[in-house]
Amino acid sequence: MQLALTILMDGLIYASWLFVVALGLTLVFGVLKILNIAHGSLYAIGAYVAASMVTLFASWGLGGHFALIAMLLAAIGVALVMGPLMERYLLRLFYGRDEVVLLLVTYALFLILEDAVKLIWGVNPYYVSEPYQLFGNVAFASLFYVGYDFALIGLAVVCGIAVWFALNRTRSGKVVLAVIFSREMSASMGVNVDKVHMIAFTLGIFLAALGGAFTAPMISVQPGISVSVIIVSFAVIIIGGLGSIEGAAIGAVIVGLARAAAVHLMPEAELFSIYLVMAAVLIFRPEGLFQRAAARKI
Amino acid sequence: MSRTVLVLVAAGLMAALLLIGLALPRWLLFLVTLAASHGIVSVGILVIMRGGLVSFGQGLVFAIGGYAAALSFTQLGITDVIVLILIGTAAAALVGAAVGPLLARYTGIFFGMLTLALSMVAYGVLIKSPAVGGSDGFNIPRGTLFGVRLEGAGGDYALYALAILVTGIAATAVALHTRSARGLMTRAIHGNGLRVEYLGTSVQSVMAINFTIAAALGGLGGALTIVALGHIEPTFAFWTQSGEFVFVAILAGSHSVTAVFIASLALELVRSFSNLYFPNTWQMALGLFLLAIILFLPAGIGSLWAGRRKASPSSGGETP
Amino acid sequence: MAGDTRPVLSARGLAKSFGAVVAAAEVTIEVPAGEKLCLIGSNGAGKTTFVNMVTGYLTPDAGTIELDGETITGLAPRTIARKGICRSFQIPQLCIELTAEENMLVAIAAAEPRGLSFWADPAAGGRDARARELLDRFGIAAMADRPVSEMPGGMRKLLDIAMALARRPRLLLLDEPTSGVSAEEKFPAMDRVMEAVSGQASTIVFVEHDMDIVRGYADRVIAFYSGRVISDGTPDHVLSDAEVKRYVSGGAA
Ligand SMILES: Nc1ncnc2c1ncn2[C@@H]1O[C@H](COP(=O)(O)OP(=O)(O)OP(=O)(O)O)[C@@H](O)[C@H]1O
Ligand SMILES: [Mg+2]
Repeated sequence: MQLALTILMDGLIYASWLFVVALGLTLVFGVLKILNIAHGSLYAIGAYVAASMVTLFASWGLGGHFALIAMLLAAIGVALVMGPLMERYLLRLFYGRDEVVLLLVTYALFLILEDAVKLIWGVNPYYVSEPYQLFGNVAFASLFYVGYDFALIGLAVVCGIAVWFALNRTRSGKVVLAVIFSREMSASMGVNVDKVHMIAFTLGIFLAALGGAFTAPMISVQPGISVSVIIVSFAVIIIGGLGSIEGAAIGAVIVGLARAAAVHLMPEAELFSIYLVMAAVLIFRPEGLFQRAAARKI
Repeated sequence: MSRTVLVLVAAGLMAALLLIGLALPRWLLFLVTLAASHGIVSVGILVIMRGGLVSFGQGLVFAIGGYAAALSFTQLGITDVIVLILIGTAAAALVGAAVGPLLARYTGIFFGMLTLALSMVAYGVLIKSPAVGGSDGFNIPRGTLFGVRLEGAGGDYALYALAILVTGIAATAVALHTRSARGLMTRAIHGNGLRVEYLGTSVQSVMAINFTIAAALGGLGGALTIVALGHIEPTFAFWTQSGEFVFVAILAGSHSVTAVFIASLALELVRSFSNLYFPNTWQMALGLFLLAIILFLPAGIGSLWAGRRKASPSSGGETP
Repeated sequence: MAGDTRPVLSARGLAKSFGAVVAAAEVTIEVPAGEKLCLIGSNGAGKTTFVNMVTGYLTPDAGTIELDGETITGLAPRTIARKGICRSFQIPQLCIELTAEENMLVAIAAAEPRGLSFWADPAAGGRDARARELLDRFGIAAMADRPVSEMPGGMRKLLDIAMALARRPRLLLLDEPTSGVSAEEKFPAMDRVMEAVSGQASTIVFVEHDMDIVRGYADRVIAFYSGRVISDGTPDHVLSDAEVKRYVSGGAA
C-alpha cells in the first residue's frame, strides 16, 4: 500500500513537468505539422537560463520566492527570443518541403543547440537547489513530500487548463484550431496562417523552456538532458496521440507511473518501462490513445 | 548507366583504390578504412530514405554489428576478420528483421523518433552492462585473415583492402537493388504510399525489408570498424554517432553510392583536424553544414555528377 | 447460365457515418459481370464513399461486401486489389516525382504474381513495352519520360486510370474519370477511356456528373442522395425520375 502510494506520487510528479514539455511538443505538431526534435534542447536551454537567472537574482539579494519569478522570466525570455527566431528565420524556409526535410532541419537545429549550450554554459553541471526548498515539506498519508513537487503538479494542471481554455474558449484559440484542422481552408478564409504558426511555435517553445526552468532546481543541469527529454516527451505524445492535449496529459501520467513503478520495483528497467508502455499502446492503437485515424480525401 | 557498366565501373574503382592504397601513408590508410566502414552504414540510411523515412538510430545496428563481432572474438575466440564481419552483419540483420516490421508501420516522424529511441535504449543498456565493459567498452586484438595475423603495415593494408572490397561489393549490390523493381517501388512509396497499397503491394513489407537491408549494412560497418579500430564502446549506439551517419547520407544525397563514401571520407578528414580547430563545436559544425546542404544542395553532392533528372526537389506541387 | 446471374460485386446494407454526416445508409448494390454501372449524385452524396468502402479504404460501419461470392468487407486495399478490384481516383494518386512510364512500371511490377524482384530491372522482360502500350492506349505515350509533376491535370487523370488497369481487374471502379476535362472534350475523353479499358476490364463502375455522358456510356445508373440510393435502373428510367431530377440532375436532364 505504502509502495503503491509512493509510486503514484512519484509518477505524478514526474508526469507533471513532462506534461508541460510534451504539451508544447504536441501543440507545435498540431499547428505546424512539425515534430520538433530540437524541443528537448529548448527544455535544456530553459533549465540553463533559469539556473543562471536564479543565481543572478540571488546575487542581487533577490532570493526566496523571487527565484520563482526568475525561472518564469527565464522561460519567457527563451521563448520570445528563440521562438520567433527559429520559426521565422529557419523553419519557414522549408515549409512545403518534404516531411523528411523538416525532420532533418529540426535535427540539425538540435545538433547546433546541443553544442551552443556547451559553449555558453560549459560541460560542468549546475545545481540551483535553493528554490526546491521554498515550499517546505508536506506530510501526506504518513509520507513526506517536498512541497515544490506539489507546486509542480499544480503548474502542470494550470498549464493544461490554460492551453485548453485558450484553444477552445477564446476567439484566437478557435482560429488556431481552424488552422490545425485545415491550413488551406483557414488561409482561404482570411486567417493569417503565418502569424498563427509563429505564435503557436513560440508558445510551444515557452512550454518546453518552462518545463526546463521549473525542473532546474530538482536536477543537475548538464549536457545530455535534452536528448533524454525529447525521447521521453516523444513517447508521451505517441502514447496520447500526436496533437492531442488530453492525450499528452494521459500519456504523461502513464509514462510517469510506468517509470516510477520501474524505479521502485525494477530499477534496471527504468528506460525500458517507458518504451514497453509505448510499444503496448502502439500495438493496440497505432495512432495513439486520443487520435482518430483521419482518412484523407482521395 | 546500364547494370553491366555499373558493375564494371565499381570493379574499376575498387581496383584503383586497391592500387592507390599501396602508396598511402598508414594514417591515411586507416582513415580511408574507417571512412569506408562508416560510409556503408550511411548507404543503409539511403536505402531507407529513398522510401521517405530517416533513421536517426542507425547507431543501434552499427553497435550490434560491432559488439557481435567483438564478442565473437573475445568470447568465442573467432579471429578471422571475414567471419567476424559476417557475424556482425548477420546479427544486425537479424535484429533489423525483428524490429523492421514493427517500425515499418510508422510514417516519417514516428519512424525517425522510434529509431532514435531504440538506439538510446541500447546505449542505456550497454553503459550499464559490466559484462561488456560498461561505458568504457573493451579492446579487441588484431584479427587474422586466412590464418595470417594482421600486423604492421601489411596488416593495415590488408584491412584497407578488405574494407574497400567488402563495402564496395555491398554498395554495388545496393546500387543494383536501387535499380530493381523493389528499388522503384521504394521511390513510389515515398511519392504516394496509398497508391502503392492500392496497386496491391504492402508498403509495410517493402519498408521492413529495406530496414533489414540497412540493418545488415549497419552491422557490416560496425564489424569492420571494430576490426580496424580494435576497440568498441557504447558510444557506437549513441545519438551523436547516428547523427554522423545521417549527416553523411544527406551530404551525399541519394543519387550515387560513390558520393556516400566521398562524403564519409570528407567527414573523417575534417574530424581528424577538427580537434585542433573546433574541439567543442563538432556537432554544431555538423548541424550548420547539414542546414546549408538542405538549403543549397538538397539532392546532395552526388547530384553534382549523377543528377539523373532535374526534377526540382522542392516540387511539392500536388499534395494528393 | 448460373455464372451470369451471380453478381461480380455484391454490397449489402452498407452504412458509414463521419460524425453527424451520413455518407452511406442502407446502400445495397449488385453489379453483374460485364455491366457498366454509373453512380450519380450531387456533391457529398456518397459516391466516393461507396467506392472507398468497396476498395477497402474505408471500413463500413455495417453491411457486407462480396466479390464473386467471397466476403471482402474490411480487407486492406492491397488485399482487395490482389483479388481483382482496382480503381482510379477522383484526385489522381500518382508519384509525381517519377515519370509517367515509371508510374506505369510501378503498377506493372506490383501486379507481378511472383512478387517484387530484388535485382531485375523493372523495365526488362517486355514490361517497358507493356507500360508504353498502356500509355499509348490513353494517348499519353508522348509524355512517358516526363515527371508527372510536369504533366497537365487531364493527363494525370488518364495516367491514374491506366495504372488501375495494370492488373487487368475483374472489377474496375473509376471515380469521375472525366472531371477536370472541359465540356466539349468530355465525350472524346470518355470515348478514349472506354476504348482503352475495353479488353482490360469488362465490369466497370464509374462516377459521373455529366448527364449526357451518363446516357451515352452507362448500361445502368444508380443515383445517390445523402448517402442513400434513391433510384436504380436503366439510364432512361433513373434520369427521368422526379426525385433524381430534383436532387441530382437539377432539372437539366
Ligand atoms: N474521410 C472522411 N472524413 C469525414 N467526412 C468524410 C470523409 N469522406 C467523406 N466524408 C463526407 O461524407 C460525405 C460523402 O462524401 P463523398 O466523398 O462520398 O461524396 P461524393 O458523392 O463523392 O461527392 P463529390 O461529387 O463531391 O465527389 C460528404 O459530406 C463528405 O464530406
Ligand atoms: Mg467523390
